[in-house]
Amino acid sequence: MTMAPDRTKLLEVRNLRVEFPMRRGTLVAVDDVSFDIAPGEVLGVVGESGAGKSMTGAAIIGLLEPPGRIAGGEIRLDGRRIDGLPYEKMRRVRGREIGAIFQDPLTSLNPLYTVGRQLVETILTHLDMSEKAARERALQLLQDVGIPAAERRIDHYPHQFSGGMRQRVVIALALSANPRLIVADEPTTALDVSIQAQIITLIKRLCREHGTAVMLVTHDMGVIAETADRVAVMYAGRIAEIGPVRDVISRARHPYTEGLMGSIPKIGEAGGRLAQIDGAMPRLSAIPKGCAFNPRCAKAFERCRAERPEPLTVDATDVACWLYDPAPAVRR
Amino acid sequence: MDALRRALDSDIYYSFRRSPVVMLSAVVTLLFFAGAIFAPWIAPQNPFDLRQVDLMDASLPPFWLPDGQAHFPLGTDTQGRDVFSTILFGSRISLLVGVFSVVFAMVLGIALGLVAGYAGGTIDAVIMRVADVQLSFPAILIALLIDGVARLVIPQELQHEIALYVLILAIGFSGWVQYARTVRGSCMVEKGKEYVQAARVIGRHPVAIMLQHVLPNVLGPVLVIATIHLAIAIITEATLSFLGVGVPPTEPSLGTLIRIGNNFLFSGEWWITVFPGIALVVMVLAVNLLGDWLRDALNPKLR
Amino acid sequence: MTGPGTPLVAANDLARHFDVSRPLLNRLLDGIPRQILRAVDGVSFGIRKGETLSLVGESGCGKSTVARLVVGLYRPSRGSVVFDGTDMAQLGSRAEAERVRRRFQMIFQDPYASLNPRWRVGRIVAEPIVVHGILSDPGAIRARVDELLVQVGLSPADREKFPHEFSGGQRQRISIARALSSNPEFLVCDEPTSALDVSVQAQILNLMKDLQRQLGLTYLFISHNLAVVYYISDRVGVMYLGRLVEVGDVRTIFGQPQHPYTRMLLDAIPDLEMSGRPRTPVAGEVPNPIDPPTGCTFHPRCPLATDRCRREAPVSRPAPTGAMVACHAVEEGRLPPR
Ligand SMILES: Nc1ncnc2c1ncn2[C@@H]1O[C@H](COP(=O)(O)OP(=O)(O)OP(=O)(O)O)[C@@H](O)[C@H]1O
Ligand SMILES: Nc1ncnc2c1ncn2[C@@H]1O[C@H](COP(=O)(O)OP(=O)(O)O)[C@@H](O)[C@H]1O
Ligand code: SF4
Ligand code: SF4
Ligand SMILES: [Mg+2]
Ligand SMILES: [Mg+2]
Repeated sequence: MTMAPDRTKLLEVRNLRVEFPMRRGTLVAVDDVSFDIAPGEVLGVVGESGAGKSMTGAAIIGLLEPPGRIAGGEIRLDGRRIDGLPYEKMRRVRGREIGAIFQDPLTSLNPLYTVGRQLVETILTHLDMSEKAARERALQLLQDVGIPAAERRIDHYPHQFSGGMRQRVVIALALSANPRLIVADEPTTALDVSIQAQIITLIKRLCREHGTAVMLVTHDMGVIAETADRVAVMYAGRIAEIGPVRDVISRARHPYTEGLMGSIPKIGEAGGRLAQIDGAMPRLSAIPKGCAFNPRCAKAFERCRAERPEPLTVDATDVACWLYDPAPAVRR
Repeated sequence: MDALRRALDSDIYYSFRRSPVVMLSAVVTLLFFAGAIFAPWIAPQNPFDLRQVDLMDASLPPFWLPDGQAHFPLGTDTQGRDVFSTILFGSRISLLVGVFSVVFAMVLGIALGLVAGYAGGTIDAVIMRVADVQLSFPAILIALLIDGVARLVIPQELQHEIALYVLILAIGFSGWVQYARTVRGSCMVEKGKEYVQAARVIGRHPVAIMLQHVLPNVLGPVLVIATIHLAIAIITEATLSFLGVGVPPTEPSLGTLIRIGNNFLFSGEWWITVFPGIALVVMVLAVNLLGDWLRDALNPKLR
Repeated sequence: MTGPGTPLVAANDLARHFDVSRPLLNRLLDGIPRQILRAVDGVSFGIRKGETLSLVGESGCGKSTVARLVVGLYRPSRGSVVFDGTDMAQLGSRAEAERVRRRFQMIFQDPYASLNPRWRVGRIVAEPIVVHGILSDPGAIRARVDELLVQVGLSPADREKFPHEFSGGQRQRISIARALSSNPEFLVCDEPTSALDVSVQAQILNLMKDLQRQLGLTYLFISHNLAVVYYISDRVGVMYLGRLVEVGDVRTIFGQPQHPYTRMLLDAIPDLEMSGRPRTPVAGEVPNPIDPPTGCTFHPRCPLATDRCRREAPVSRPAPTGAMVACHAVEEGRLPPR
């Protein structure tokens, strides 16, 4: 199946499937996931740990660790397929067109080189400019991400920076070749709330100023609410619900999203019990038949246990839940 | 039953089944152990029972050479002893010394490592400095030294009887450092984990925490070291015996056999020394391969 | 016995300093002085029976150190912990210590590290029962363990399993069962839900609240998540660089925060309502605790800092809201309305 390229979409993911062939059978970590990101848009991806958020991100930037592999679907950047590109070609796409930010800033930085040198090298790899211009750009980037006294700190080593400052350096690194898409996997999870707020503000500002699209993976609904334009809620390797942030957060349609929102303690609300979803996310090796959420879903009915729900469009949101099937189904 | 099923289902067993070399090593090691343990029953003759040895059979070559006899498959030595049987009995001594010195080193090393790791501070510093000093000498030298000292202090008439024990102590003592270092390292890691702190909050005695909580969690790497150490201990014993300071010639180990046979190498009776040599190499190699595999199999990063 | 007013647990000017100096030789060669890290430096609070006091603050501010001081994992460098009228440092005999010990327990953050991986769940949960000699008959111990497992939402059959067979949330339930097995009155919980997903966090928080109601437990609860703290606590203490900067009732702290740091923390919480409320941008980061700023340690980040703040450390005083606040601006009445 080929699609006509759509210029309003920077990234198109269609029916993505990521598998881990294991000795006891194949685990499907990402199953039939489709979404788009427009230029300048922030798509938040939320879900509990193990939902497949990171694997989706890794598939897009071509950094799936073997034995993990893309087993189906397509990923297009600007209409051009980037899944299955040979390693060298993908390396050029990554960095030049897609930037990556990970949870632990230390693993993305080489402890042996100054941050300036790492920035300059990345810039020179991807952009055609003189060493001097590259250094100027590096300095500019560090200032952009809000590192005070950047002229001095450019020659410091990663360990001389605090956690929050390191994450800023990583963001600068991701931005160094002016990519059009940034995949950020839990960029604030290891940081304190006050630093988290600073990084969120930074990401939002960069999007606005540079028109960069961002896929923001996190398990923190608060971060999503503050940053994202649209949200995809993942559960057991699939997208349960995807739509505008306001709709998903304040008018959750999928029972899982609803439960997730209810279980977040909120300041200002009277005490009492939190709404809780009983049970836990299934292991990949034991995903229930039908709707993967059915054993934990208070609204589950017969069809949920037999048939897997496909995404159904309700207003601006796509919901994978049989409750929204307009067909006169046998519902109890 | 349940435990067996779990073991057969584990990743370690899986990686074992996937590697033919490892399986072969395991079979060879098992054969050596079986041969050593059951030597008195399976060996064609007891080479140290003078009634079974006949000087008339002396210096017979292996059976496939002219003059070779089928019931002395690997030939006989200059006193008419069956080389195959001496190898079985020799392996028995070699493995005995190897296993017991490993056990001794292991117990000593684990105990000192646990104490050093858990207590920390001065105790730790003292134990680890001693370990560092000892590590700067070759193990064989330490063993020689201990053996020499023991010979000086033990009365002449007792020497023969307890030579074996002295050897075990000497080799064991030369090898505890590896265990102590590893156990101390793992112990310091485990000590910081919250389950140990939970036990402290409950009010458990430090010794109980060490033995019941920490020890079971540091045994994995110890097992690996023990396997590799077994190969080293066997070699050390062989070297000492080859040098003539090991087990007495009345109970020859593989090393002793090689030394004795060595004298006849140039008079043409090469089999007296070559076969024990091959046996030693094969045994050590098999044990070592097992140890290497175990180390990799237990290391989740390499899987 | 404790009356309604007197605290069950009290910390009086509690401090813990760590010597983080380089080895002596390096110090002499490089001429560096001895370095002392004041992880906790003069913290006082009281927790009444049946109440939950939470400590919040950014990473490294000393929350866990306070928790460990309270349960006796660390010895205080200064100050004392008083449990039900007994000074924990003055406990004489082992028997006496044991009697006090079984009255409090601790729950840890990391559900993967807090259970011995080689022990079965039944043995883990029974450990305090056996150690404190609460029950001795194996049948009775078993029955009690089953009861505890059911109480925390697991099943008696789980007794025979190993920790690795459980999810993070289930392991945290096992930890809670272990903590409850010696019938303690007081639980210290160091970030018990920080490693869990929100939906599982909700389960654990609900469980902890239910248990508190059923068993009349007293909690010292540690978290860096303000929403969780709001949900679980009766009173809240805000820590910054080893000190308590503000302590008060949960509604006061969240409704009328006084200390500039408390206000900054509250402002930094991502806004789920998306009300678009304007907020003061958060400035700066936590300074290095080895070399903290002079005077009020918050002054480099504080919009209200004056010369006095840079010189003189503020002491904790009652503020008009009823909270105890350590800030010159509050004392001088020059705090802007929020
Ligand atoms: N054993 C120790 N030796 C030296 N310094 C220590 C030790 N334990 C804690 N510290 C230091 O004391 C300070 C407070 O640590 P603590 O663990 O109490 O922080 P915390 O508030 O619990 O932080 P987090 O939110 O990250 O758990 C930190 O600067 C820490 O590095
Ligand atoms: N190397 C691997 N082998 C097997 N399964 C894996 C591997 N890496 C990840 N998975 C599984 O893939 C699923 C999705 O993981 P991930 O995308 O990291 O989740 P998250 O939503 O927390 O980011 C998880 O169930 C995880 O256990
Ligand atoms: S499909 Fe059924 S089980 Fe799944 S979320 Fe909808 S109602 Fe619940
Ligand atoms: S004492 Fe001064 S610096 Fe500290 S918080 Fe108050 S106003 Fe700010
Ligand atoms: Mg992830
Ligand atoms: Mg802590």
